Amino acid sequence: MPHDHNNELSSSGHPYRKDQDYPLTYWQNLEIAVREILIEKNITSETEIQLTIEEMDNRSPSNGAKVIAKAWTDPEYKRRLLIDASAASKELGFDIGPLKLIALENTKNIHNVIVCTLCSCYPRNLLGLPPDWYKQRSYRSRIVKQPRNVLKEFGLNLSEEITVRVHDSTADMRYIVIPLRPPQTESLSEEELTKLITRDSMIGVGVPKSA
Amino acid sequence: MRVKVKQMFPPGHVRTPFYLRGKTGEIERELGYFKNPEELAYGLNANKQKLYRVRFSMSEIWGEASEASNDTVDAEIYEHWLEKV
Repeated sequence: MPHDHNNELSSSGHPYRKDQDYPLTYWQNLEIAVREILIEKNITSETEIQLTIEEMDNRSPSNGAKVIAKAWTDPEYKRRLLIDASAASKELGFDIGPLKLIALENTKNIHNVIVCTLCSCYPRNLLGLPPDWYKQRSYRSRIVKQPRNVLKEFGLNLSEEITVRVHDSTADMRYIVIPLRPPQTESLSEEELTKLITRDSMIGVGVPKSA
Repeated sequence: MRVKVKQMFPPGHVRTPFYLRGKTGEIERELGYFKNPEELAYGLNANKQKLYRVRFSMSEIWGEASEASNDTVDAEIYEHWLEKV
């Protein structure tokens, strides 16, 4: 196999990404300059920057799953989560910083789904980086107009008796859905429950796995 | 309380989506005061503005084109974009 791709396509028919053989952009230079000044003035350090990047990379939907599993098994925690989700997720070590988190509870009659029509606001402290489709115009523009159709494309067919509530993160709030706990999971431990809680079920485009 | 989103089109970093302008909804909850992003985005000394979560019905937003009239969209709208109805 040749390793020099030029403009060829991969075996699956996708173009290879070009190598970045160009000088640093204005903004890249600016970032490096600001970072170096901050380190020089002892405002931050290389270690602190590295640790922060690692911490950000380590965020994943398993954080959110821990919050949801606790809410399913501890009614008092769920009550606190619904009142102040930022504080309740911080209790488990997931700090959302200056942003505010709102937890939205699915019931037999209400299904919640989240979006950011203006950009890509997402509860990163609990779910990590957003999936590509969450940032795309197609999802952002269609979920507020025809949520039932979009959810059907995700494999979720909602009956007419269920009210769909779409939550557009337009300003300073971030959202997480508390999905319905699947039936026949009474005997499962909190940790076993976390394995059923998917990223999509916390965005609201899916439901948890069944036991 | 019922409120209407002002039908205005200022330039700049605005957090009120176009599809909700001119639409009437119900205040779902008050969120407290936050620095106005329309000023904050430009490095200005931003004033704090009251932020609300407003619930709109699909039929109010999309009319005949809505899938189910009772489904809703909730969005965060700053007070200076709202008027009482």
